[in-house]
Amino acid sequence: MSDITKQSLTDLVENIKNKKLSSSEVTKAFIERSEKSKVLNAFITEDFTSALDKAKKFDQKPNLDLKLPGIPMAVKDLFCTKNVKTTAGSKILNNFVPTYESTITENIWSEGAILLGKLNCDEFAMGSSNETSFFGNVQNPIDKNLVPGGSSGGSASAVAGQLTPITIGTDTGGSIRQPASFTGTVGLKPTYGSCSRYGIVAFASSLDQAGPMAQNVKDCALLQEVISSFDSKDSTSIDFKRSHYSKELTNDIKGKKIGIPKEYRVDGMPKEIETLWQKGIEYVRDCGAEIINISLPHTSYALPTYYIVAPAEASSNLARYDGVKYGYRASGDNLIDMYEKTRSEGFGAEVQRRIMIGTYVLSSGYYDAYYLKAQKVRRLIKNDFDEAYKKVDAILTPSTPSSAFKIGEKTNDPVSMYLNDIFTVPVNLAGLPGISIPAGHDAKGYPLGLQIIGKAFDEQNILNIAFAMEEKINFKNKISDWWIK
Amino acid sequence: MSIDLKTIKHISKLSRISVDEQRAKKLVGDLNSIFDFIEKLNELKTENVKPLTSIAETTLKLRSDEVKSKNIREQIIKNSPQDNKDYFVVPKVIE
Repeated sequence: MSDITKQSLTDLVENIKNKKLSSSEVTKAFIERSEKSKVLNAFITEDFTSALDKAKKFDQKPNLDLKLPGIPMAVKDLFCTKNVKTTAGSKILNNFVPTYESTITENIWSEGAILLGKLNCDEFAMGSSNETSFFGNVQNPIDKNLVPGGSSGGSASAVAGQLTPITIGTDTGGSIRQPASFTGTVGLKPTYGSCSRYGIVAFASSLDQAGPMAQNVKDCALLQEVISSFDSKDSTSIDFKRSHYSKELTNDIKGKKIGIPKEYRVDGMPKEIETLWQKGIEYVRDCGAEIINISLPHTSYALPTYYIVAPAEASSNLARYDGVKYGYRASGDNLIDMYEKTRSEGFGAEVQRRIMIGTYVLSSGYYDAYYLKAQKVRRLIKNDFDEAYKKVDAILTPSTPSSAFKIGEKTNDPVSMYLNDIFTVPVNLAGLPGISIPAGHDAKGYPLGLQIIGKAFDEQNILNIAFAMEEKINFKNKISDWWIK
Repeated sequence: MSIDLKTIKHISKLSRISVDEQRAKKLVGDLNSIFDFIEKLNELKTENVKPLTSIAETTLKLRSDEVKSKNIREQIIKNSPQDNKDYFVVPKVIE
């Protein structure tokens, strides 16, 4: 079966359960394709030999009651995997081999999945194009020299390029949804507190949330079902009744009220994004949903708020990288000199920039003016959503203000890079779930995404809306395999 | 407000990240453009707004204090940058 890698997760699971395919066959197919796809630079660490061993073992004694029976998959290199190197895309963790497993990956392996390897990402998940990785930029399977988005760029590239059937990413300000939008794939950022943060390299702890990335909504729902769990090892994990997202998935969204926020019509947004949005509105209307115009008045303050809160938390989280207990160490004349050189040589430019912004906004004399101010505005942004959700069940917006851009196009202008996340950042600040689905192409043939934002813990509802829209949109990703000779 | 070279050097010290002169100059430009963008927040009056410190406003759960991992010294030391079976080793602190 030469088309194994083209199959959706749902199909692969069914074929393994019906014994039409073995785990070894599936694993081998993805490894062979990955071997031919080194140009994409999607992997930081490959674990192929061990994956084949595990697949063989699975086939000898297959447990077909599991949700991901013998399914091979690669994960973002931000999740700690026991005895497999975990770098967070940084030189400072280049030699770090965790002695423990993240809760989310633990959940995945216990449902029968097999690790293929660790996927490239922006350094410490700080970036929107995967260009800040110590391990080099990632190519977008859509076109040569195009960024896959970020920070989960390797994850998005690997799903779109069919190097893995599904994957997990993390999303602090848009790092799952923006790359999903850039690569024509589906990405869900769950409600804050629904997926455990234990064992995920921390960036900004009040915003970080892991989530599934896949070729379609149903696969995304199934993976969400596996990774979402209450975990006492994460103090912000929330104990709520989790739905069987894939089983309860329905395209019946009749009578649902969908909000259209006028503030997301930003200056300079390309006309094709507006057209796509209008098409999206038509699709949900066709499905029997009701469209309601709403206002989220503090939307334009979300990015400035984010660029205080996230760096502040990052500067504190990244204080642990001091060359003492693990990771890279530079030699120095004394202890302080060792710290300063280790961090100067070990962190890349963007990470240093954000640590310094964070240190500044938290420093004596500036705390109230910046950090406290941002926390107050964060409340106003959350209040906007609370008000809106009195009138609507979900909100529909574009995922990004543009399609994927060329490698190197925005690296010299941090602010223009940050503007990529204008539609995704408010969702993290308010702790809400959001999903990006591919909804069309721009004039260049690059994919464009639409985002559905839900109420807290209402993943099922946005998955249903996404599922209904997916059927109407009937999106076909244009992957020419340009990188395979 | 603008950030000058002196401030960059001060932040660099606080962050424990050494930067050379050239890099410090670049950071002056970068941080100023980022803070120009951040200044937008001053348009809002927020005297009476309660800061949002955590999105999951739950109280921390108590648990009994039990030892769950035993004899994991080897695991803890395993990633130490300087090889030593028993300790983390750092440059000499006391002269």
